[in-house]
Amino acid sequence: MFNNLTERLESAFKNLKGEARINDLNIANTVKDIRRALIDADVNYKIAKEFTDRVKDKAVGSKVINAISPGQLMVKIVKDELVELMGGEEAEFNTTGNPAVVLIAGLQGSGKTTFSGKLASYLKNQKGKSPLLVAADIYRPAAIDQLMVLGEQIGVDVYSERENKDAVSIAQNAIKEAKSKNKNIVIIDTAGRLAIDEAMMAEVANVKEAVKPNEILFVVDSMTGQDAVNTAKAFNERLDFTGVVLTKLDGDTRGGAALSIKYTVQKPIKFVSSGEKLDTLDVFYPERMAQRILGMGDITTLVEKA
Amino acid sequence: QKTKEGFLSKITKAIAGKSTVDEEVLDNLEEALVTADVGIDTTLAIIDRVEKRVARDKYVSTGELNKLLQEEIENVLVDASDDKHKNFDIPAGKKPYVILVVGVNGVGKTTTIGKLAYNYKQAGKSVMLGAADTFRAAAVDQLTIWSERVGVPIVKQAMGSDPSAVAFDAVQSAVSKNADVVIIDTAGRLHNKLHLMDELTKIRRSISKIIPDAPHEVLLILDGSTGQNALEQAKHFTAATDVTAMIITKLDGTAKGGVVLAIANQFSIPVKYIGVGEKITDLIVFDKHEFVDSLFNLTR
Ligand SMILES: Nc1nc2c(ncn2[C@@H]2O[C@H](COP(=O)(O)OP(=O)(O)OP(=O)(O)O)[C@@H](O)[C@H]2O)c(=O)[nH]1
Ligand SMILES: Nc1nc2c(ncn2[C@@H]2O[C@H](COP(=O)(O)OP(=O)(O)OP(=O)(O)O)[C@@H](O)[C@H]2O)c(=O)[nH]1
Ligand SMILES: [Mg+2]
Ligand SMILES: [Mg+2]
Repeated sequence: MFNNLTERLESAFKNLKGEARINDLNIANTVKDIRRALIDADVNYKIAKEFTDRVKDKAVGSKVINAISPGQLMVKIVKDELVELMGGEEAEFNTTGNPAVVLIAGLQGSGKTTFSGKLASYLKNQKGKSPLLVAADIYRPAAIDQLMVLGEQIGVDVYSERENKDAVSIAQNAIKEAKSKNKNIVIIDTAGRLAIDEAMMAEVANVKEAVKPNEILFVVDSMTGQDAVNTAKAFNERLDFTGVVLTKLDGDTRGGAALSIKYTVQKPIKFVSSGEKLDTLDVFYPERMAQRILGMGDITTLVEKA
Repeated sequence: QKTKEGFLSKITKAIAGKSTVDEEVLDNLEEALVTADVGIDTTLAIIDRVEKRVARDKYVSTGELNKLLQEEIENVLVDASDDKHKNFDIPAGKKPYVILVVGVNGVGKTTTIGKLAYNYKQAGKSVMLGAADTFRAAAVDQLTIWSERVGVPIVKQAMGSDPSAVAFDAVQSAVSKNADVVIIDTAGRLHNKLHLMDELTKIRRSISKIIPDAPHEVLLILDGSTGQNALEQAKHFTAATDVTAMIITKLDGTAKGGVVLAIANQFSIPVKYIGVGEKITDLIVFDKHEFVDSLFNLTR
């Protein structure tokens, strides 16, 4: 098996060499290779199929120009299609309102608390905001302490109520606190939950109803496999979230979940997180993500050269 | 439940009485496996085995075919060298039994340690915990809460102190207190970070200074919703710490954890337990048959 799509397509180049036009016959194996590469990168099975069908439609009949081989043309079509799918219009981050409210939600261990800290630090230092972090995770052992430690590291206040076992009222009280302390943005960290946990999904939906957030961010681990679509769909149905945060991109995962999620829920990826330290919040670049999924760091130069 | 049977019977009906498996059936099988995160390579390997067996054995009844499919997939998984873990028993001459718990960030290491400690204690063993995650915010507090829940002692130092020193302390203390089991938590780390992987090797070495053949067990915790990257995790953690077994967590969700088939296929590491929730009782002994069964549960 090949390690990445570059190698795969390079071998496919050989098959296609000398053919001036891409047609149904000479493209079949290449399409299969692309589909497998996407699945290897954790793109959802069905989405990989649909995606390659689209690519095939675009490719068949395209005329290969002098300087570019059919294989290279395929790579370009695939990459452009990926970028287009994951990009779309510039994602805004809405901080209007006094205070503006941001709700953070996602599966267990995805990186919500860490991201909450990063976002607070970013808003404080880059945007001149005055944030309040809210510990609305009443379940995980030491969840409040964790957020307090982060708040201390970045010099941002943390609102918590150790005896209160109602996430909704904690969130509501936090907003009152923000108003009285002149904080203009409230970031609510919630407990990790499974999409099929009815009681827990109802809880976060209730928090949403109670505080009417400007932004609801769905935090997802970029190492997630095929299940990413189910989870994203379920959270979106329940919360109608405004954006996605992709975490742990400092790893070596190909991150196909990003494509699956974007494809499924059509919501922008607003931030990425690539590190445990609180200064590593970053914006999302569709182009980079496309290259990562395809495992082809150097392919653009290849195509550009051609 | 219904859909699972629907899928299996669809496959078996299409194979029954034939000496070859038709394309559509194989496509269905491929979809089921890939959607469970088994990965392309391992899926193709399994399909190949099924095809060969069908050609050879010419099965007639659907009942037999169900069994064949299940068997071929189960055969990919490796067995643990002994069954002691099933009853939370400890091999003879390994006291204290030293367990080192490793894995990438947020997979469930600390929670799983709480559950393991509880189970060992229920089995009548005296257990100690070592808080060698001195990095992640409130990691020590979190493990401390688990130690209180279970009612076992914990060895800890200040945040930021050397994790090898904590591990050393914990094992030494387990020896002097004559404990049966000592379980050491480590900070989550991505396997592509060399200095953090070196740190694990160092932790391992400082444990073996006290007990030469320890750690007796190095458990790699895998998040059940992780995709193909888990293969890289298995590879690098094994290189750094000689992983002896895996635990797959969060299987109470919709993810299937099929990537362990790929891992077993490549690295021959057995799975010992699975995590099915956040409660202290939510750890169960891994059962091949049930696991493979659940791979075909396509209801969601
Ligand atoms: N390497 C890396 N680690 C991260 C990143 N984001 C979070 N983590 C780590 O992932 C682990 C889990 O992060 P948390 O922020 O506690 O995740 P969570 O979603 O709040 O977890 P729960 O509240 O238990 O559901 C911690 O070890 C974090 O340090 C990231 O971008 N890169
Ligand atoms: N649903 C479910 N959640 C789990 C399971 N195991 C752990 N969790 C949750 O996953 C989150 C992360 O668990 P931890 O035990 O903190 O993970 P960790 O690997 O120690 O994390 P770091 O030390 O930050 O790397 C917590 O919210 C746990 O409650 C499980 O089997 N099922
Ligand atoms: Mg959290
Ligand atoms: Mg931990």
